[in-house]
Parts: sequence; C-alpha cells; structure tokens
Amino acid sequence: MEKKYVFHFPRKFVDKPIMSNLVRKYELDFNILKAYITPEEEGTLVLALQGDEDKVELAISEVKELGIVVQSIASDIKMVRELCTDCSVCIPLCPVKALTLNRKDFSVEFDPEKCIACGLCIKACPTKAMVLTI
Amino acid sequence: MAKTIEEINEKIKAGKAVVVTAEEIVGLARKQDMKSLADRIDVVTTGTFGPMCSSGVFLNFGHSNPRVKIGGGRVTLNGVPAYSGLAAVDVYLGATAAPESDPRNSEYPGTFSYGGGHVIEDLVAGKKVQLEVNAYGTDCYPKKTVSTSLALKDMNEAILFNPRNCYQNYNVAVNLSKKTIYTYMGILKPELGNANYCSAGQLSPLLKDPYLKTIGFGTRIFFGGGTGYIAWWGTQYSPSIKRTENGVPSTGGATLALVGDLKQMSSQYLRGVSMTGYGASLIVGVGIPIPVLNEDIARWVSIPDEEIYATIVDYSSDYPNCTGKTVGEVNYAQLKSGEVEICGKKVPTGSLSSYRKAREIAGTLKQWISGGKFTITEPLFNFPGPDSGYKFKPMKEKE
Repeated sequence: MEKKYVFHFPRKFVDKPIMSNLVRKYELDFNILKAYITPEEEGTLVLALQGDEDKVELAISEVKELGIVVQSIASDIKMVRELCTDCSVCIPLCPVKALTLNRKDFSVEFDPEKCIACGLCIKACPTKAMVLTI
Repeated sequence: MAKTIEEINEKIKAGKAVVVTAEEIVGLARKQDMKSLADRIDVVTTGTFGPMCSSGVFLNFGHSNPRVKIGGGRVTLNGVPAYSGLAAVDVYLGATAAPESDPRNSEYPGTFSYGGGHVIEDLVAGKKVQLEVNAYGTDCYPKKTVSTSLALKDMNEAILFNPRNCYQNYNVAVNLSKKTIYTYMGILKPELGNANYCSAGQLSPLLKDPYLKTIGFGTRIFFGGGTGYIAWWGTQYSPSIKRTENGVPSTGGATLALVGDLKQMSSQYLRGVSMTGYGASLIVGVGIPIPVLNEDIARWVSIPDEEIYATIVDYSSDYPNCTGKTVGEVNYAQLKSGEVEICGKKVPTGSLSSYRKAREIAGTLKQWISGGKFTITEPLFNFPGPDSGYKFKPMKEKE
C-alpha cells in the first residue's frame, strides 16, 4: 500500500536523521517527491510511503509525537481560473512558491508541479478559486 | 491653462477628449512637465477592486397576493437574513450577513462559505434566489409566509447602496504574535510571516485626488460594472489625518458612500467573498474619473506608487485593542515588489485588492469616456476637507 504525506519539520529537527530511522524501524519504502527548507529553516518533505498498513500508521504516530506535523495527501490542488480575481493574498502563504504574481499583467499564476497540497491557499482564497481535486 | 468641466465634456461628446489611466499618467509624468500634462490630458481614470464590507442592496420584491408585510417580520434570501425593518416588501441585504445555520467561529476558524455578498453576486449573475418570509399578518397585509424563488429581473428596484467604499488608503496588516491569526486582511502568519495590503496604490481613486477637489456629491462613477453615483461621504470619513508632503494620506483618510442600479451591474465586478475566521463580504469594483482642470490636479494624478505610503499595523494586538501604535510605513512600489523589510526582516507581501482588475476598470472607464458615452459630473457640493475639523470618533462606552 502506498500513501503520500507532507511532513513539516520544526527547525530543531532539520539536522536529525528522523526519516531514515523511521524507515529502518518500520521496514518502509519511501520515495521523496518534494523537499524544501524555508528561510526560517523549517523543513517540508513530501513523500510516498510504502509498507504494511499498521506499520505506516505506527510510524506516522511516532513522528507526530516528536512534534512533527504530518498531513496525508489524498488529493491535488487545482486553480479554477475563472474564480480567481488575481488578488494575490494567497502568495505569501504558499510555502513552496507554487503561487506567484506575474508582475507584467498582475495575474496570479499557479504551478501544480511545485504544489505540495498543504491546503493553505484553499483557506486563504476569498473567492474559493483554489480547490481540492480527487 | 485651466480648463472647466463643461469644456472637457464638450470634448468628450465630440470624441476628442484625451483620456489616460492613472497608471499611464504616472509614466507620462516622468517625461513631461506638469504644465504640458495639464494642457494635454483632459481626464484621468482610476480603478479599485477589493473587499468592501460596508456594502449592501435595497430590494423591492413587489406585492404578493394576498399582501404580505415583511416589515417587522423575518426575511431570508438563500438562507441569509436581510434587514426587515422597512416597508412591506422593501429589505436591505448586507454583504456580511451570515445564515442562522452558519456555525461562524464556533468551529474556529469559520469558513463563512456563503453570506450576503454571495447572494448579491448570485443575483447579479442572473441566478434565482430562494426568498423566505415570516410575517405576523395584519388586516391590510394578511399573508404570513412566503416561500418562492426570484431572480433580479423579477424584482422592482435593486439599489446597491454602500455606506463605506473606496477607502482612500489602507493599513498593511502584519502579525507580531506567535500564532496564526485570521483577519479581514487575510491569514496572517506569526512573527511577521507575511504583510497584507489592500489598495490599488497609484490606480486607486481617492489617492489621485487626495483633497477630493473634483470628487464629491453626485459624481458619476463606474460602479460594479455599471454606472453609479457618489451619494455622500462614506462612514468613518476622516480627512484630518497624517499626510505626506504631496498631500496623500498614509492611513485610511476619506471614504465614499456609493449608490447605483444593481440591474446594470456585472458579477465580474461584484464578487462574494469568504474570509476564513472573519466572515463573508463583497468585492466591489469602482472607477472614478478625475478631470485634469489645472496643474495641481495634474500633479496629484501623477503621483506614483513609490510616493504613496501605507501604515503597517499589528493585527494580533494593536488593531483589535485600538492602541493606535504602528509598526512603520512602506510605499506601494515596495509592497507590489512582493517583499518588504519590516523590523529588519524580509517579509513577503500579499494583496487583497486586485491590481489586474483595477487596471481593467480604469481601462474600461477610459473607453467609456473616450467613446463619448460617459461625461464628467461637477459635484453638487464638496465633502469636508482637512481644515473642516471633521473627525472620526471612537465609540463612547460606559466606564
């Protein structure tokens, strides 16, 4: 069974080998999809985990107890172009710069390749232009 | 040489008026002196497109048979309550109204997915809305309930009347606390995680006529995609505030009350919004023409983003507690670059106001005027100025 997760590492964990310990302990296979360190030195890691379902769950609860925020990704995020008013209030919230402002025509551009599906833009968009797709 | 509004209108009607947007004139002013600009340019068009909470619509549904008196009863449109304290079938629906069933912030942060602003957008888009009335019944208005669906075209009047739109300038919102906050200025990340602003800057109407010399009671405007008028000065109008050398306020300043026929408007320029943790509202698109009557006005309309400053305010503590403290000032060129420096930290910026749409509005108004369709109005009277002593007061509460 394969599941995708986003791990948000607070600064104090950035230099610790948490993932490799986890993978060994619970016999998991993993594939890193995206990795990103913010200017505040917080780490964001998107990965697909494969292994025994119970073991995946144990692994997730162990990292959560350490203080790492874990989100599971069941879906992707899409921009509904006709609903976007190009206000740009989502842009500073995106942790991976998947949302940017074109400074020529002042339109908001979304790059799904960079998106880690953290969902912050969905909460932030006043006109519900950012949506989850299954 | 000074011009009059009559002279400008003659040129508009003859299709000879020289009209540019408030953005275009900034570029022209870098190459030309004020005298030649004032001589050459007749009208400068402005635009703004952002959430403006103090907005709403008066609706008249026509009479049912038998008659019903909504006044003093209860009324909802798509579940959103409207104000029923008027005559039999007149109501006022405000942009921030939320359905009774909305959990609001009891499920923090609330999503406020549908409210008054969304009903207004749906009506303008031609959609039918569900009208529910509970009245108490009288001898002359015996009917006690109504349950029907109506579109905007089925109604008599639909008058968009917004008591406070078009803030002259606005705060830049930041969060100095250690937790994320949910505000009408958007989601603010802790410890200066972002800085949100809400103005079109050099395109914004009242920043380009900072003393409201040409804008006043009765001025015809672009309003929600149709034409509207300035109905009064807006609530919380505050002309005696701090200004930079060029006369432009670096805080709120003036506001406008606007009126217009909703039936002429477009859902491209009136959009319902949901601000997480705050509530519903309405984005309003407004454009105001400024006649370039003399060199002073030419100078004001040419003020660029880098000379328009906004005040940075902490929304975790100073704003809610009305401390009056500020974190600093930044100009709109810095804000629009995507990053500003606040307290020595580089902070990414976001805007609630769409510059693209503001540009579109100023461009549309320019076309209307150049095409001879839209003439300039001389205000019937001007609004209180900085020397009037007119002030915005806080609420008087018992000790």
